[in-house]
Order: sequence, then C-alpha cells, then structure tokens
Amino acid sequence: MDFEYFTQLFFGGLTRGSIYALIALGYTMVYGIIELINFAHGEIYMIGAFTGLIISTVLTMMGMPAIAVMVLAGMAAIIYSCAYGYTMEKIAYKPLRNAPRLSVLISAIGMSLFLQNYVLLAQTSDFLPFPSLVPEFEFWEPYSHILTSPELMILSTTVVVMILLTILIKFTKIGKAMRATSQDKMMAALLGINVDQVISATFVVGSATAAIGGVLIASHIGQINFYMGFIAGIKAFVAAVLGGIGSIPGAVLGALVLGWTESFFTGYISSDYEDVFAFIFLVVILIFRPSGILGRSQIQKV
Amino acid sequence: MKKRCKLLAVITVSLFTLAFAVSAMAGDTIKLGIAGAHSGDLASYGLPTVNAAKIIVKKINANGGVLGKQVELLIEDDVCKPEVAGNTATKLVSDGANVVIGHICSGATKSALGIYKNSNIITISPSATAPDLTLSGEYPNFFRTIAHDAVQAQVQAKYAVETLKVKTVAILHDKGDYGKGQAELAQKYFTEAGVKVVLFEGVTPGAVDYSAIVTKVKSKKPELVIWGGYHPEASKIVTLMRKKKMQTIFMGGDGIKDDTFIKVGGKFTEGVYATGPRDISKNALAIQAKKEHQDAYSSDPGAFYDNAYSATLAVLNAIQKAGSTDYAAVVKALHTEDVETPLGKIKFDEKGDATGIGFSVYKIEKGTFVEQK
Repeated sequence: MDFEYFTQLFFGGLTRGSIYALIALGYTMVYGIIELINFAHGEIYMIGAFTGLIISTVLTMMGMPAIAVMVLAGMAAIIYSCAYGYTMEKIAYKPLRNAPRLSVLISAIGMSLFLQNYVLLAQTSDFLPFPSLVPEFEFWEPYSHILTSPELMILSTTVVVMILLTILIKFTKIGKAMRATSQDKMMAALLGINVDQVISATFVVGSATAAIGGVLIASHIGQINFYMGFIAGIKAFVAAVLGGIGSIPGAVLGALVLGWTESFFTGYISSDYEDVFAFIFLVVILIFRPSGILGRSQIQKV
Repeated sequence: MKKRCKLLAVITVSLFTLAFAVSAMAGDTIKLGIAGAHSGDLASYGLPTVNAAKIIVKKINANGGVLGKQVELLIEDDVCKPEVAGNTATKLVSDGANVVIGHICSGATKSALGIYKNSNIITISPSATAPDLTLSGEYPNFFRTIAHDAVQAQVQAKYAVETLKVKTVAILHDKGDYGKGQAELAQKYFTEAGVKVVLFEGVTPGAVDYSAIVTKVKSKKPELVIWGGYHPEASKIVTLMRKKKMQTIFMGGDGIKDDTFIKVGGKFTEGVYATGPRDISKNALAIQAKKEHQDAYSSDPGAFYDNAYSATLAVLNAIQKAGSTDYAAVVKALHTEDVETPLGKIKFDEKGDATGIGFSVYKIEKGTFVEQK
C-alpha cells in the first residue's frame, strides 16, 4: 500500500511502543538492581491513571485551564504512584531481601492482585471515562491525520523522559550509586552506598515513568478500569525481555520493536493474530539472542 | 388398626372417583402441554413460562374457556437437556397434548421437535433462539415468540442498505463467542444484501490502543463499520476513529446498547447506531401481564415471561379462530390472524418466526439511545 499508510502505521507503532517503553523502564530498572520481576508494576501504571482521573476531574470542576489541568494531574499521578512504589517495596520486597528469589516473585504477584482488587473495591469495576487532557494543537493541525495531538504529546513526553532518565543515571550521584548497586550490591555497600536507599529510589523512578505512561494512554484512549494494568504490564514486560532485561536502552528498543511489530502486523496482515505474532517474534529473538537484543550474557556465579 | 383400614378405603375410593372425574372431563378439554426446564440450574428460565400459562388459562377458563371447552395444562420438565427432552415430548404426545408451549432451551427444543412433528403437534417456544429451528424450514409445526440469534444481523443489514444506503462495510469483532458470532452473521447478511465487506477482523480486547486497526479501517474507506462485541472496546475504537477525523458510520449490536457506552465514550459516541431489544415496557398488555403476575405470585415475573404470555395467547387465539384443534387449521390461523400480546400485535411468518417483535435500530442523539422508526 501507499506511503502515507505506512507512515500512519509507523507512528501508531511508535506511540504504542513509547507507552510500552515508559512501563518497561520500571521493570528493567528494578530487575537490573535486585533481579526481581516486579509483577505489580502494571498496577502502578493503573493507579497513576486513576489518580490522574480523580485530580483532573476535581481541577476541571474548579475551572482551571486545560494545560494546567494536564500538568497538575500528571504531577499528582507521579507523586501518588511514587508513594505506592516506595511503600510497595518497603512492605512486600524489603523483608524478603535475603529470601529465595521465588518467594519475592510470589510476593510480587500477591502485590499485583492486592492492588487490582483494592482499586476494584475502593473505586469501581466499571469502565470510567477519562477526559482528553491533551488539547488539539492548532499548529499541528496539518499533520493531525497522520499523528493526532495526543499521540504527538505521548511521543514528545517519552523523549523528554528518556533524556531526563539518561541524565539521572549517567551524571548524578544517585545514578552512579544505582549503577554501582546493579553491578555488585555487596561491594557497593562496602564502599558506603546506602543500598536500601538506592533500591527505594529505583522503585520511585520506575513508578514515576509508569504513572506518566498511565496518564498519557488513558487520556489518549479515553477510558480506564482497574484491570488496565494487567495487559499493559505483560506487554511491557515482554518488551523489557525482548530488549534485554536489566538494560535501559534495551527496554526502550524492545518496546519500540514490539510496538512496530504489532502495528505493522495488524496493518499489513491481520489483527486477529496480533498477539500470536508478537510472541512468536519474541521467541525467535530469544532463540538467537537468549539475553535479549541489547542484553549482556551473564556469567552464572557458582 | 381397623380405623386405619377404613381410612385407607376412603382414600382409595375418593382417589378413584377423582380419577373418574378427570377422565370424564378429559374428553372436552383443550390440552396445552408446557415443556421446559422446571428444575435444575436453568429452572429460572422455564418456570416463568409455567406461571404465564397458568395465569392466562385460569382467566380464560373462568370466562368459559376456548370454543366452550376448558383448557387443561400438562406440565412436563425437560431440565433443559436434549436427552431428556425426547422423553418429555413422548410423554406429552401420549397424554394427548393438542399444542405444546416450549421447549425453553434451543438444544432441548431441537431434540423434541421431530417427535411433535410426526404427531402433528404445534410447538411454540418462548425462548429458543437457535436460528436453524425456523430458518431451516424443517419444522413447519414450530413457531416462536422470540427473535432468533440472526435477527440483529438481519436488522442491521436491512437498515444499512435501505436507510443508510451504504455500499461498503468493515466488520470488526472482539474474537469472543458473542462478538465473533455477531460479526459472522453480519458478514453473511451484508454480503447477501449486496454490500461489499472490505474488512473482517478481530481485535484483542483490553489492548493498550487500537490505532493500527483504526488506521487500517481508514485505508479501506468503508462507509460503515459494524462492531461485534461489547462496549468497552467499541468506545475505544469509535473514540479513536473520531479523533482521527473519520466520519464513518459506526453500528453495533445489543452488546453496545448500554448507557455505560455513552457515559464512557462521551461526545464521540454521538451518531452511533446500535440494535437492541424493542422496548415493550410501555405496552398496555405487558403492563397488565406484569401486574397479573405480581397479584398471583407477589413477585416480579422472570425471564421470557412476556414471550411465554404472548405464545400462550397466540396459540389459544389461533385455536379460537380456527374453530377446532385441527393441526392444519390452527397452523393457518397462526400465520394469518393478528393477535394482541405483550410483545405487540403479532402473527407468524412462513418460517414460524413472530413478526413485529425483536430488535430495533437505535441512534445515539444528544447522549441517549433514540429508537429509529
């Protein structure tokens, strides 16, 4: 088919991939540091979306302008999700720091179910409408048939978040501590790094990116419910594995590849087998690169 | 001891007399068989039919019956199981049922129908929705007062062709039993109506976004999108379509005819079409039927009550009009004589489906579903 169709699918995949990337970052950072697959991460994304909805409803009622609502609701979602991420680590993972890895994994699954059901009971099982927080930009009007304003917003936010995250990890003290902890926890502790604090910081940063993803996608598709974190979480996890879990550029690359795979497969072949194809692709990649596209192969310590 | 013997004798005698009385009356009653699930898991589908028949028969008998004869009910349970339904049917036939209201479940109805057909007994179901039962034309003795499963798709195709005048359609579904089933029927009837199906695809429920499939729909340029499935995905898809500046008409089935759809989709759902059960709650007879049930059982009627009420009225009316319980005459009367029922004024088409019942097309106007005439 024609070039415009290709472009639309390309940007559609890019948008979808960006959302996966924002969630996948949390998975990969946590895994990089404590080798835990945090299954409750998708729920943090969902809580971010719910907070965004509640705050934006309140602010809109108070008559705030759209841009202010968007920014403030986003900030509130980030703060709230970070608090959840921090608390979750303290309650469910810290006491199990020296337990077998399987115990922590079960604890993570338990946390995921707990948060899902908590939101189900405290809020509602219904689908809730989510307002379009992103206004239609006038300057973007000529291109809106290829990429809508909310999609543009998702892309640019993701880029900004990526840049900030890179700066955080490469050039700040806490970033350096994170890298050190991920290489060798014991050694880092011996050198005077407060490992617990670093782990908490990792959870907080991961939760913040997930919350941003939650608010952006909710505003894009216009509805949320308590279960939305599950599929998004699984897909983001797949993206993280695809790119090489533990690697931050890998998570982003894996997420984009997954987004494009789904988008192009739907566009050119059929959406019936979208998921099937995405997972076949994962299997094929893992056969040839067992540690993911950018993953380092790890030497098993005896 | 002696006393007890005496008592037994009295009971035996009185039972005999009773039996005589019943058989003496049997000659001049009209026997109405009621077959369906009256016990087990699905009893709640079958019992309202029994109640409906009892209420009507009581009223009619008090007014002198049909053709001067009293109406007698023969109630048999099939537990909604095809393997039991055959026995139920045989029992009703040997008891001399003139017509049967039932069965309730499609599977049970299908296995019983052959037996009724061989004995020339009219069978009228308030609830069996499998399309084949009437559409196959195999059972001329079968009628029903409920819209079959394919009716929605037929209504959609008819409305799209005659009112909306579309030439091309894209059909999307959620890959589930309900959604895919609706979509496949829609594909069949749209193709038969001469509309070109440019796209037929399933989407994954709960996916993060649907922009790829919406882009695909956009590139195929259909005039109408038919959705088979429930409202959460429908509102996501229609929202994205409108955000991408697509004005394509969107139409779904009773899965989206839900106020939550409007609440969640907001202004983007404006102008969306949905087929849904026709609103009968304002029908005078429906109100009356409901009240009669409340008076008799001090509870609200259950599933298929209105359908069963209508079936019973229709069949008794047909016997009255035919002037006898003769099979051919009653069948003819069912096809030709209009009857007022809680479902509206109905008669039966050549296949045996009640006309004028079932589904209407609704359009969302200013945030509510408005029935389209």
